[in-house]
Amino acid sequence: MIYRRLFDLPTYRVRSPFDELERMRSQMDRVLEGFQGAPVFRPTAGVFPAVNLTEDKDRYYVRAELPGIKSGDLDIQVTGNNLSISGERQTGADVEGARYHRREREGGRFSRIIGLPGDVDPEKVDARLVNGILTVSIAKAEATKPRQITIS
Amino acid sequence: MTDTDTKELKVKDKQEVSTSAEQTRPGLVFTPEVDIFETEKELVLLADMPGVQTKDLTIDLGENVLTLTGDIAPFEGAEEEDILIEYETGKFYRQFTLSEVIDQERIEAALSDGVLRLTLPKVEKTTPRKITVTAG
Repeated sequence: MIYRRLFDLPTYRVRSPFDELERMRSQMDRVLEGFQGAPVFRPTAGVFPAVNLTEDKDRYYVRAELPGIKSGDLDIQVTGNNLSISGERQTGADVEGARYHRREREGGRFSRIIGLPGDVDPEKVDARLVNGILTVSIAKAEATKPRQITIS
Repeated sequence: MTDTDTKELKVKDKQEVSTSAEQTRPGLVFTPEVDIFETEKELVLLADMPGVQTKDLTIDLGENVLTLTGDIAPFEGAEEEDILIEYETGKFYRQFTLSEVIDQERIEAALSDGVLRLTLPKVEKTTPRKITVTAG
């Protein structure tokens, strides 16, 4: 859990026997960079929100951290193999006559499209927003699901 | 605020806590982004702590140091494999020194949609008082 694949490029990973080696190398890089105090290079698409995409046998899971956003302010659409997430965030820190010590949280509009690596069933999409974490779970199309073949 | 209505949100990297000495358990620790503002009567702190549940949040105030700690439960199912990872998850930790005298009895904390709202009322006597100068 601690060292997940931190250095995956935002393109889709091709699984190979060298994956594990690559991961170890990344971990070492991370440790060394940590000593030097240099920021760790982490590629992102540069579009808010940052997402994590995972899959299991039947579904893709897209997760994003969206603190302070109500479900009503979010618009989620699936078109073909693309998932679009857009909405607006209010910080709730705009108070009349307040004096600010810190202002790090940002509000504004956002819109992002995430391309899914395989065909999906747009009828079976489920989105939940719990404690500021959005989880969209999208069923894979029957054709892309791995099928167990029994030897007769 | 008309400014925030039109502004596009930019993606920001989560800030990792830089000091390593304070950790006793393995795992990543992040600094939550905060807004702190004060009005005449109170100090309000808003902190983004996505994924933290009420039971995993610790707020501690002692010796004028406010400490926020938020633990998160792993979200991913055991069967899931990563395809694209753009952010990491971990604990949240941040400390503040409070300059105002806070009425500890009346502190209120609310956590909703991953945002902590902490209201710290000032002690009555520190509320600024207008002093009128009488000509004598």
